Amino acid sequence: MQNELKVVSNATCTFCGCVCDDIELTVEGNHITKAKNACVLGKAWFLNHEAGEGPIARIRGKEATVEEAVEEAARILVDAKFPIIYGLSDTTCEAQRVTVAIADWVGASIDTTTSVCHGPSGMAFQGVGEITCSLGEVRNRADLVIFWGSNPAESHPRHWGRYSTMPKGLFVPNGRKDRTVVLVDVRRTKSAPAADIFLQIKPRKDFEVLWMLRALVKGLTINEADLIDTGVTLEQLQNLVDRMKACKFGVLFFGMGLSMTRGKHLNVEAALALARDLNAFTRFYANPMRGHGNVTGADNVVSWQTGYPFGVNLGRGYPRFNPGEFTTTDTLARKEADAAMIIASDPMGNFSQAAREHLASIPYIALDTKETSTTRAAAVAFTTATYGINVPGTVYRMDDVPIPLRPAFESPYPSDEKILRALEKKVLHLLQAKLQASN
Amino acid sequence: MAITRIKGGKIYDPTNGINGEVRDIWIKDGKIIAPPIEADILPEKVIDATGRIIMPGGVDMHCHIAGPKVNLARKMRPEDKRYAPHVSRTALTRSGTIGSVPSTFATGYLYAGLGYTTAFDAAVPPLSARHAHEELQDTPIIDKGFYLLMGNNHYALEQIAKKDYEKLNSFTAWLLESAKGYAIKLVNPGGVEVWKSGGANISEIDQDIGHFNCTPRQIIQGLSQTAMDIGLPHAVHIHCNNLGIPGNWRTTQATMDALEGRRAHLTHIQFHSYGGEPDDQGKFCSKVQELAEFVNSHPEVTVDVGQVLFGETTSMTGDGPLGYYLHKVTGKKWTSADTEMEAGCGIVPMVYKEKSFVNALQWAIGLEWYLLVKDPWQIAMSTDHPNGGSFLAYPEIIQLLMDRTYRQEILKRVHPRVLERSCLKDLDREYTLNEIAIITRAGPARMLGLKNKGHLGIGADGDVTIYNESSNILAMFELPYMVIKYGKVVVEKSEIRLQVPGNTLHVSPSFDPGLVGGIRKWFESYYTIQFENYPVTDEYLSGGGTMIPCSKK
Repeated sequence: MQNELKVVSNATCTFCGCVCDDIELTVEGNHITKAKNACVLGKAWFLNHEAGEGPIARIRGKEATVEEAVEEAARILVDAKFPIIYGLSDTTCEAQRVTVAIADWVGASIDTTTSVCHGPSGMAFQGVGEITCSLGEVRNRADLVIFWGSNPAESHPRHWGRYSTMPKGLFVPNGRKDRTVVLVDVRRTKSAPAADIFLQIKPRKDFEVLWMLRALVKGLTINEADLIDTGVTLEQLQNLVDRMKACKFGVLFFGMGLSMTRGKHLNVEAALALARDLNAFTRFYANPMRGHGNVTGADNVVSWQTGYPFGVNLGRGYPRFNPGEFTTTDTLARKEADAAMIIASDPMGNFSQAAREHLASIPYIALDTKETSTTRAAAVAFTTATYGINVPGTVYRMDDVPIPLRPAFESPYPSDEKILRALEKKVLHLLQAKLQASN
Repeated sequence: MAITRIKGGKIYDPTNGINGEVRDIWIKDGKIIAPPIEADILPEKVIDATGRIIMPGGVDMHCHIAGPKVNLARKMRPEDKRYAPHVSRTALTRSGTIGSVPSTFATGYLYAGLGYTTAFDAAVPPLSARHAHEELQDTPIIDKGFYLLMGNNHYALEQIAKKDYEKLNSFTAWLLESAKGYAIKLVNPGGVEVWKSGGANISEIDQDIGHFNCTPRQIIQGLSQTAMDIGLPHAVHIHCNNLGIPGNWRTTQATMDALEGRRAHLTHIQFHSYGGEPDDQGKFCSKVQELAEFVNSHPEVTVDVGQVLFGETTSMTGDGPLGYYLHKVTGKKWTSADTEMEAGCGIVPMVYKEKSFVNALQWAIGLEWYLLVKDPWQIAMSTDHPNGGSFLAYPEIIQLLMDRTYRQEILKRVHPRVLERSCLKDLDREYTLNEIAIITRAGPARMLGLKNKGHLGIGADGDVTIYNESSNILAMFELPYMVIKYGKVVVEKSEIRLQVPGNTLHVSPSFDPGLVGGIRKWFESYYTIQFENYPVTDEYLSGGGTMIPCSKK
């Protein structure tokens, strides 16, 4: 039994939004010893995987049975006046679907890590729409690939090799040789050497540069003086515009360098509008570089169940959407939420001090595969199995393509979905009892 | 043995030739049974339908309710829902948003509330099939399925160019099985690929599709034949080239001619029946008479209408270049989403206005179709939800068809030039309840090859809608008295009483496994996911799924 060797082919890496599904895992007992095809991040994800330690469930730090913990978690959610549920970008769609159900039953806010990464991109999309495509379209057709505010060499190491710049495709048979690669960023990142053109713009000038590009695409006259403080020259921009208009298939991949810097959704609106405008000349696309393995799935699940992508409140018995009002950092910093459930995320490690302080002051439930600063301060904490390594299910790649997971081995811990299903059942039970009591 | 008896209702079951007779319906274990002869068999539940109208559950054969483009539209349009009515959570049911693109749970409840028990999404890229299935699992009560976008699929186009129909048939069967889809859908055949390859479109069915060395005509002929060869329950489902373009009736006529007697379904035909010239709105007119004449003399061809209704909605289509066209015409925000090797997509907010000549004529053209096709078995009710309007407008369409006075009143209100450019004012046909039962359930079920749907004969699924008989047609169809799904009461007095999952309907045609190696080789050269991760497994099927058999060659 021990250290039985097995190979899992076509396994999916959920570390980043690339969601590479061509990984070949060699599994010895409860360890993955090889992760063929995985990048440095993927290898770290698979090879360093350790099943969590300690009990499955804890109530205020003390070991408890799953039943007790589920009961306590349900009670916290049902008793709350303004519960919030947050996280979800590192779990399966199956678990996300149950989570939105729980949010609905208890009238919670449901929000995902999208609100602190590409939430502004979602809002920009609502403003102007979006011309997008699956990554295979880029692979097979793109002859101009622009990265803006994104550093794929470090954040999405296989993006270039698998999807965007290197691979040979139907209409780009020579791969990299058939493409021009442009990088726009405020600093010379590790991605810069691999680009044909690198434009270093001044920090907080993304919007201005994008807007000037739009003007040039439209044929308006721009003066050198208009570009003061942007870090780029008119010649550089005109050159880029000429390339954008002349390419057969252009794509602009944008990262959090655009969505989370000054201007936020306005920056992304400018990028989306630029790509849209270029369709008067050629085919041009704009795609977000999404980070977490299934943050795109979270957007999709929350959208199909509520009609809105993130920052949704169900407190009135139906979905309402308002980023800023119903997004988690805000509801916490304003001390509105009186209970929370955090799934596969560590807000105690990365939220603002005001948000963290309030979260620490209210009862909350945490589900994670390992101990984090969030699970440590939770009223009820569950240790769960890792999606993709122990748990099957569905994840959505950054381009909305749904991909199945092929787990390597079973975990001693239950999946998020299993805990959440038990919690949903208990919540419904308590709500029914409450209803009967009030009648 | 759950036995239900529905007593004393007036039955409209056109498939079985029952036109308003008072009879009892018996349902056992979800299926219609013959009334038991033994007097001692007592039903567990007796529903008194005396004085009420009974029809089979409604069947919507063409709508957009699940999958990537529907969800993109939800994400893009918060403004569409902000002031719209919503669905509130109850102890039994989930909440949701409505607008023109309802959320999934709301979609299931609203269809059921309208007396519809089956609906098919008309355009899913196979690469996104898993997504569509996940949404259908969250769309309760109704049975459902979807059609696969194939009219711009590279592998299909290559086989058509090579005239290798053996491979085309096997590929189609393999694809339907892999995606757990229901039918072949063509959307602007060839035109979407031309759009994806540089931003142009196709305007004639004999135009060459650039690098693929074939034409829309060959795609239409090839895949309509494939649907028949592999015995699919539904014929090829065609969204013609040139949707929405004045003068496109010639393309539609050419498409019908190109079928050369093969079975086919032409969808949202309203959008394809325009006279005039592409660049001259002044000559825009109806050409329904010419096209309906063809349908009237070709029983192998069926259509659904794609009725336009006045108000706000969202246009969503697999026809990528159409999305761009609508964006340019309306100036509104625009989403386009292309899928590798397979398909395109366009989404644009739309407003249809009574006082707009073009919109009013579109409205009239849809109604002309209902009134000019002689055999109601050849025409299905649709709004191409949400493109022409929401499925929630079906009762309004029923009223327009059953009540010519009401129809003429609206006609007087809309843009006056419609009177000259359409023959609607001269059409005094009024639909009977029996004909309404045909175009809303019996006909679409027959077109789809669903032998257990759309009728109340022995062995049929126990999907039944009970209406209050009323001279107020709108009220009667908007608020059914009761809706029964597989023998269980799911809606009563406009409230959901039971949330069942509903089944996903799919096909599994046989194919030559020896040809899969070739498909795999092609797939691995171009796709960005693994061949093994492409097929959708059974756990994604709502209610465990129901496989609808294909007929043998």
